[in-house]
Amino acid sequence: MNSQLPIKQTFTKESLKKQFRLSEFLAEKIISSVAFLSIAIIFLIFFFVFKESLPLFSFGNDAKAKTEIQTTTGDKPESYGTITEDLKPESYGSETTEELKPESYGTETTEELKPESYGSEPVSNDDLKPEAYGDTPKEDLSVASSDETMDAVSENVDGADRTWDTFLSTEWIPVSDNPRFGLMALLIGTLKVTIISMLIAGPLAILAAVYTSCFASNRRKEIIKPIIEMLAAFPSVVIGFFAMMVLATFFQDVFGYDSRLNAFIGGVAMALAAIPIVYTISEDALSAVPKTYSEASLALGASKSQTAFLVTLPAATPGIFAALLLGVGRVFGETMIALMATGNAALVSVNPFESVRTFAATIGSEMAETVFGETHYSVLFFIGSLLFIFSFALNAIAEFYVKGRLIKKFQGK
Amino acid sequence: MNKVISDLENSFFTSKKRNEDIKGKLVIGLTQIAVLLIIAILFIILGIIIYQGREKFSWEFISSFPTDGMTKGGIFPALIGTFILVVVMSIAAVPFGTITAIYLTEYARENSKFAAAVRFSIRTLAVVPSIIFGLFGLGFFIQFVGGGIDKTFNGGELHWGQPNIIWASLTMALLTLPVIIVSVEEALKTIPRELREASLALGATKWQTIRKVVFPGSISGIMTGTILAVSRGAGEVAPILFTGAAYYLATLPKSLSDQFMNLGYHVYIMSTQSSDVEKTMPIQFATTLVLLILTLSLNLVAVVIRSRIRRRAK
Repeated sequence: MNSQLPIKQTFTKESLKKQFRLSEFLAEKIISSVAFLSIAIIFLIFFFVFKESLPLFSFGNDAKAKTEIQTTTGDKPESYGTITEDLKPESYGSETTEELKPESYGTETTEELKPESYGSEPVSNDDLKPEAYGDTPKEDLSVASSDETMDAVSENVDGADRTWDTFLSTEWIPVSDNPRFGLMALLIGTLKVTIISMLIAGPLAILAAVYTSCFASNRRKEIIKPIIEMLAAFPSVVIGFFAMMVLATFFQDVFGYDSRLNAFIGGVAMALAAIPIVYTISEDALSAVPKTYSEASLALGASKSQTAFLVTLPAATPGIFAALLLGVGRVFGETMIALMATGNAALVSVNPFESVRTFAATIGSEMAETVFGETHYSVLFFIGSLLFIFSFALNAIAEFYVKGRLIKKFQGK
Repeated sequence: MNKVISDLENSFFTSKKRNEDIKGKLVIGLTQIAVLLIIAILFIILGIIIYQGREKFSWEFISSFPTDGMTKGGIFPALIGTFILVVVMSIAAVPFGTITAIYLTEYARENSKFAAAVRFSIRTLAVVPSIIFGLFGLGFFIQFVGGGIDKTFNGGELHWGQPNIIWASLTMALLTLPVIIVSVEEALKTIPRELREASLALGATKWQTIRKVVFPGSISGIMTGTILAVSRGAGEVAPILFTGAAYYLATLPKSLSDQFMNLGYHVYIMSTQSSDVEKTMPIQFATTLVLLILTLSLNLVAVVIRSRIRRRAK
């Protein structure tokens, strides 16, 4: 008894307090600041990709300032609606290329594509053109003299306004005297490929996941899982190359359509890239469903397939939804497959066997041709920031909404 | 009467049961078909590329320069370029990834908001399209960092502010970072809690425990992560499209500020921008085969190491 007392006395509150050690403190701080870098990277990526697309916005603001002097409409140029109405005349005035205008909207407007978006514009042009002519040329020259070439600058200055206008059009003609950046054409192309590929990858991957987690024996599971995950190790350029050289020829022989590389080929190839993602995450989700669920169902007399499709699968729905979302994210931003297999023509149609051009492929193929600071360059970076925001949002939904629901469901909270 | 009813019931249930059986078998068959289809596609791709590429695939092809405007010869510079890329990339990404993983498993508290944010950013990093990394490399590394170095040290002369190996490698390092972090984290989690507690109980500090007990146990995880990252980095093309890959170079890169050739990029340009796609077809397939062998074998090694780690955990 006595021998224990002195030991007890040494454990005072003071002596139990954590001793401050510099090396410990430094190690913890350094390690957590390195960890912080990964958060910083996300912000940096968005900041620097978005930064390069800023000229689009700043030119819009310049135009806004000008319009405020002229017409005192304090509308924000960022919103699409006002640009087409208020800023249009101003931008056309400063362009001072009368001969380009009828060409651009008169003849090249493919009316069957989107008549409603062009309908009102020519009218407003004709009305306001003479009025705007009077005061702008002087301004135009002063800006132009500050840079190397007249052409490039005038393209830049009014390119910004016009860029915003043309974003909603369906023409993607970035390199011309009168460039048009119809993001709608690219959006439709991207959506088309995404839908086709998810229609293929979704059912295939989910069914395969159901088999692996509900029906397969352990031995089979251990063979199947690594093999399918091996598909994820295929570089996208290899899948793109395979689609372009082998699949394209094969499907053309089967279906006999015109353009060899098209949305369908791109969709099939991207499905190959999306399958391992959808499969792995759905399989995890299905395996995470508590065993008690399926045991209860089997005990009540349900068959194995009934248990799998009526009990386990519904319980794992949020996880499978997350898997599909991440699959969509992968396909949406896939570059090399889109570059190689979709034909890269910005056509707008519902036919899946027509060539399309996706957002990512546009960046990949055109960035090398652009000049730093050009409108085209900024537009490509703008598309990049759109892609980033989209994938970020998809991931956030998959993460918070879906996981939250899964946890609630399984823990019964 | 009772017998009739029970007979009826029996026949009713058995017929229903039989229907269910057939339906169930069909459904299970469907899922089996899905699995078989995916596996078949995988082997078809592999088979066709091996079949078409075997003809040109030889030691000479791997070890010689392309000749005659890239219509003949080998892929040596592309292979070396890819090698340099993944080495520089690993040097940048592995320490960074390991330290982040150590933070997440050792230092982060259970309900820490900061750790949750780090995890979320890592997962976001993993799903950001690879082309965005290319744009980031162009906007940040080449124009901001490289351009900044040129402005302050070279008096505006363009040297670092253009596509080269170092910027491409760093871009790729960001892309492969999540792969490394996830692998190391997984390995760290398999180290028993008792080991750490024993070390702490013996009077070692936290940092000493990490350095002497936790870190040695995570070496295999770091290796897996590095191998997977190299496999990924060797195959990705989109991030280096405008951060350093070159169409053709007559010599090997001499410094980190040179451009480089890359296997994946080589496949891409040969199949889309070559003057004679038909004629160079065997070269394209052989290059694809080399790339595929490289990435798949690396992946296989990583899978083997990983399964060993998992077995240790059990």
